[in-house]
Amino acid sequence: MELTGEQAQRWILCFQEKIEKNKAYLSDLDQAIGDGDHGSNMYRGVQAVKEKLNELEDPTTEEVLKTTAMALISKVGGASGPLYGSAFMQMAKTAKETTELPELIQAGLEGIKQRGKAELKDKTMVDAWAPVAEALTNGTFSNDTIDQAVEDTKPLQAKKGRASYVGERSIGALDPGAVSSGYLFTALVEEVLK
Amino acid sequence: MKKIINDASQVVGDMLKGMLLAHDDLIEAIDNTNVVVAKDKPQTVGLVSGGGSGHEPAHAGFVGDGMLRSAVLGEMFTSPTPDQVLEAIKASDTGQGVLLIVKNYTGDVMNFDMAKELAEMEGIEVDSVLVDDDIAVENSTHTAGKRGVAGTVLVHKILGKLARDGHTLQELKQIGDALVQDIHTLGVALSGATVPEVGKPGFTLDEDEMEYGVGIHGEPGYRREQLKSSREISKELVEKLVKEYNLNETKKIGLLVNGLGATPLMELYVFYQDVVNELKNHNVEVVFKKVGNFMTSIDMAGLSLTLIDLEDSSRLDALNAPVHVVSW
Repeated sequence: MELTGEQAQRWILCFQEKIEKNKAYLSDLDQAIGDGDHGSNMYRGVQAVKEKLNELEDPTTEEVLKTTAMALISKVGGASGPLYGSAFMQMAKTAKETTELPELIQAGLEGIKQRGKAELKDKTMVDAWAPVAEALTNGTFSNDTIDQAVEDTKPLQAKKGRASYVGERSIGALDPGAVSSGYLFTALVEEVLK
Repeated sequence: MKKIINDASQVVGDMLKGMLLAHDDLIEAIDNTNVVVAKDKPQTVGLVSGGGSGHEPAHAGFVGDGMLRSAVLGEMFTSPTPDQVLEAIKASDTGQGVLLIVKNYTGDVMNFDMAKELAEMEGIEVDSVLVDDDIAVENSTHTAGKRGVAGTVLVHKILGKLARDGHTLQELKQIGDALVQDIHTLGVALSGATVPEVGKPGFTLDEDEMEYGVGIHGEPGYRREQLKSSREISKELVEKLVKEYNLNETKKIGLLVNGLGATPLMELYVFYQDVVNELKNHNVEVVFKKVGNFMTSIDMAGLSLTLIDLEDSSRLDALNAPVHVVSW
């Protein structure tokens, strides 16, 4: 299925609402295995995204994705900024060729992997993005895909990012980046795929 | 939380304003950014560093003739964004290129890399040196690798002098990469740091407890135990650090005792004399020393000890060269 500019805009604005609502929860998750600022950093980013998106009139899919990328890159900082920023930047580039949703999400995943050099099971955002991209491509995607992918980060030991410093103590905790990515995909379900 | 501030969310900007007012002879900021630039810009390779705020005087305190050309201030403990780093690169380039000095954290590495890509698109030559001196973390494929901590300041100082002497970007990159291998740091914390916006310490230790190997953002260390004497702490840190060097023959080294923010200078000196005594048991000659707060962790109590190999006399000369910065 194709993602229109209007759908893309609603999707990202819904993501903003979810981050706003779960800001404290995301920071608490990060406090357990990182430095406790994932919620506040993402919130700063999506606020900027909201502002920029609301300025766009009748945007193309590419415009929405690129605007989102630039706002996240310049506002989030930390590791999440470049990772989410690279994801949306790759999606924007792909949107020049195709706006098919599976291709876009796959491009986003590639952007994250290139920037962060993480692989599946490293307990990162990749663990949320990869199963979703795969299920969208195979046509097996459902809400359960998201929940399962996020939940599956719990037993993993972190091998990338700040959480890798706590070693085995990261086992049993949800990955905050996977959780915030989960909100992105839930927003996609609610605004586009419902 | 008890802090002398006005608005917890505005601490970085407020600090920057104060710093600029206090040191307007040395530094200025680029409008609408948190980038601090040296007023004096000779035609040499520009060194750019930075990272999250909360480590003052790092890095803005080291901006000026003989050290950094500019410093990028991120939010508290959060890497600055690529657009800000790009502004620093642009302001630091005099046509000889720019060298980024980056502490090894996932966020810093990615944001500085993105800035490097952006700058190259604008035709500026950029290279980077990654500092990972904290030996508390094993360097393995299972972690993000060793972290950059207080030893970074020595990299600023040595490369800053060599840049001033007219070394090329390529030479500085090469010298920097080798230098980083010879700098090692280990710290100990007595209490956690409180990010103003969070309002509570990142971790807590009991009244009589300490932790070895804590990172400068409160990353967990390698052992917690009952608070030891300065003598015993110095023994543990020194013994671990000297293992990083080949001491079959007497080696010239430099020492940096760095306070983490809430530990008084008095204790740093108490610790320093214990370090010097402890080092008598090892095959080293101390030819350079520095004691004070250089790479702090907001209000964390504790300190770190850095050793640097100074067999190469050009390193020692560079450390001893005069500079015109706020905090060396």
